Amino acid sequence: MAIAVSNLTKRFGDCLAVDDVSFLVEQGELVTLLGPSGSGKSTILRIIAGLEEPDAGTIYLYGNDVSSSPPQKRNVGFVFQNYALFKHLTVQKNIAFGLEVQKRPKHKIQERVKELLHLVKLEGYEDRYPSQLSGGQRQRVALARSLAPEPKVLLLDEPFGALDAKVRQNLATWLRDLHRQIHITSVFVTHDQDEAIEISDEIVVLNRGKVEQIGKPEEIYDRPRTRFVASFVGTANVIEATVRDGKVVIGNDGMQLPIRVGFPDHGEVVVLVRPEDIAISRDVSHGDLTGTITGVRYRGDVYEATLETFGLSIHMIQPKEGFLEQNWQLGETVAILFDRFKSFQAEEGHEAIRERLRSLGYIE
Amino acid sequence: MGRNAQSLQIPASGNNPTDRTRPSTRRLPFGRWGITAGTLGWFLILVLLPVGALFEVAFRDGPGTFFSALQGEAARHAFILTLVTTVLAVAINTVMGIALAILLVRHKFPGKALFDGIVDLPFAVSPVVAGFMFIVLYGPHGLLGRWFESGGVKIIYALPGIIIATLFVTLPFVTREVVPVLREMGDEAEEAAFTLGANSWQTFWKVTVPGIRWGLVYGVTLTVARSLGEFGAVLVVSGNIIMRTQTATLYVHQEFIDFNYHGAYSASVVLGGISFILLLLSEYWKKRTKEI
Repeated sequence: MAIAVSNLTKRFGDCLAVDDVSFLVEQGELVTLLGPSGSGKSTILRIIAGLEEPDAGTIYLYGNDVSSSPPQKRNVGFVFQNYALFKHLTVQKNIAFGLEVQKRPKHKIQERVKELLHLVKLEGYEDRYPSQLSGGQRQRVALARSLAPEPKVLLLDEPFGALDAKVRQNLATWLRDLHRQIHITSVFVTHDQDEAIEISDEIVVLNRGKVEQIGKPEEIYDRPRTRFVASFVGTANVIEATVRDGKVVIGNDGMQLPIRVGFPDHGEVVVLVRPEDIAISRDVSHGDLTGTITGVRYRGDVYEATLETFGLSIHMIQPKEGFLEQNWQLGETVAILFDRFKSFQAEEGHEAIRERLRSLGYIE
Repeated sequence: MGRNAQSLQIPASGNNPTDRTRPSTRRLPFGRWGITAGTLGWFLILVLLPVGALFEVAFRDGPGTFFSALQGEAARHAFILTLVTTVLAVAINTVMGIALAILLVRHKFPGKALFDGIVDLPFAVSPVVAGFMFIVLYGPHGLLGRWFESGGVKIIYALPGIIIATLFVTLPFVTREVVPVLREMGDEAEEAAFTLGANSWQTFWKVTVPGIRWGLVYGVTLTVARSLGEFGAVLVVSGNIIMRTQTATLYVHQEFIDFNYHGAYSASVVLGGISFILLLLSEYWKKRTKEI
């Protein structure tokens, strides 16, 4: 096992930033810590690097307990969100920094710098200063610098967070390809679920310092285990409903949702439906959930529609062709069908989850 | 991977002079030229004219008189004393100034806000008052002075007193220039150095010092200029004993009240000239390195 994080806890004053977190990273894997801001993901990364001390818990790197080692002795590469390049040094001096302080032979340093410049596609930029580079280029210099001393583990703290969307997307794809090429054990921190799903071998979803779910991207997206994961990873309609006589109903009138849940007959549930899992039909029969089309937005390759039903606002997404064929009109009444959904029993901590969902903009 | 990486070759942006928009001054009441001329005129009257007048009077009878006026034993002794004081004060206050700045920016301790304010005290207190504070403490009857005196060390009316007074009045310069730079730099570059294997000492010299160098150069320049030019505090603690505790500024004053104007003007030109050249050098150096 390349990295083992065991029962990590960290407090900042009254705030419990990391709450009993454990996870493993296999050699050569790229694992993402995914969570909203304040979920403790960066703190965990900094603790692995030795830049922060945990209040409790242990970090093992390749079987060795490094919890009390300084960052210099851990042999980890760290990439910061704001690059943290040495502004007074040229690109090649930045990359050579780690090798120089470790007193490697001169010709070895030159060789390695050349190799890395090639790896990050910055040949010809050796003598530039960081201020003469674009954001994406700076981050690639930072990556090359962290890789130069051949670390056993690479830690990336929201490395693309300061870049605009297009560059960000490009760099994420590039990083995934690079990882496939050099296979360095990596931990990547991000709040961007698309980025996490795209590049990770495995995702650790964090919320308020706790692990919500660990799994492959497909598992996290298709089989979320908690309400938080379901709502944070991907977009979802969050519907609060009541189970009454085995039926799932919403509103005071007891309008029935087109689903069945395996929960006891009475109680509150939260239903999550992804926009792409909703279908609408003109063929309204008795007992169907009906709604009105109140908004249609063109999103390039898809259409997004808003449906109003018994005080609920539901978002759906449909491919362009299908949507145009049907020629849906604003104000039309349609039957709403859920192809797939996920339901969670309302339990203790319900209010906390609601608050979280509210802060993410999923509910009012 | 080639294709993706290729698409990332974005040309460097930022230092492009064409995307700077020119601020409009059209709406100002008396136009751009009026403001420029007015400001420059004000600067001319207040700064350049007096400097020019001093140079003129010092060199009025030719460079020969200028140099001969500086030949005297008293003048030479005064300048050497000032030089020694300046070198020591700058060396000590550079080290202490950086240490203070790091303490204020990177560390938390009780009473930090108060301490932060007290660092500026030497700017707020009149140098003459500062001189008296040292007399009270280090004088022959002072609390610490008695103790030093019993050990045979004279502080007041001697070199140590002059150095202490100079240290006091120049204490805030380096700290005040370095603190904002250090704050803006943040600690990530230093953390990056740690993860790359650099120890604290290497990190300090290879990352922290280069990072704060502009602030440091300016702070040191101001410290030098003030050490050369300090008058009030040094006057009080030194006793102004010719050939013993008379610094260059005290010498200028002495010559002036003795109606020996030539000596006063020539020494003034030397003092002012050194400060002026230092300031120019630091500005030049700052500009050159800032272009990077």
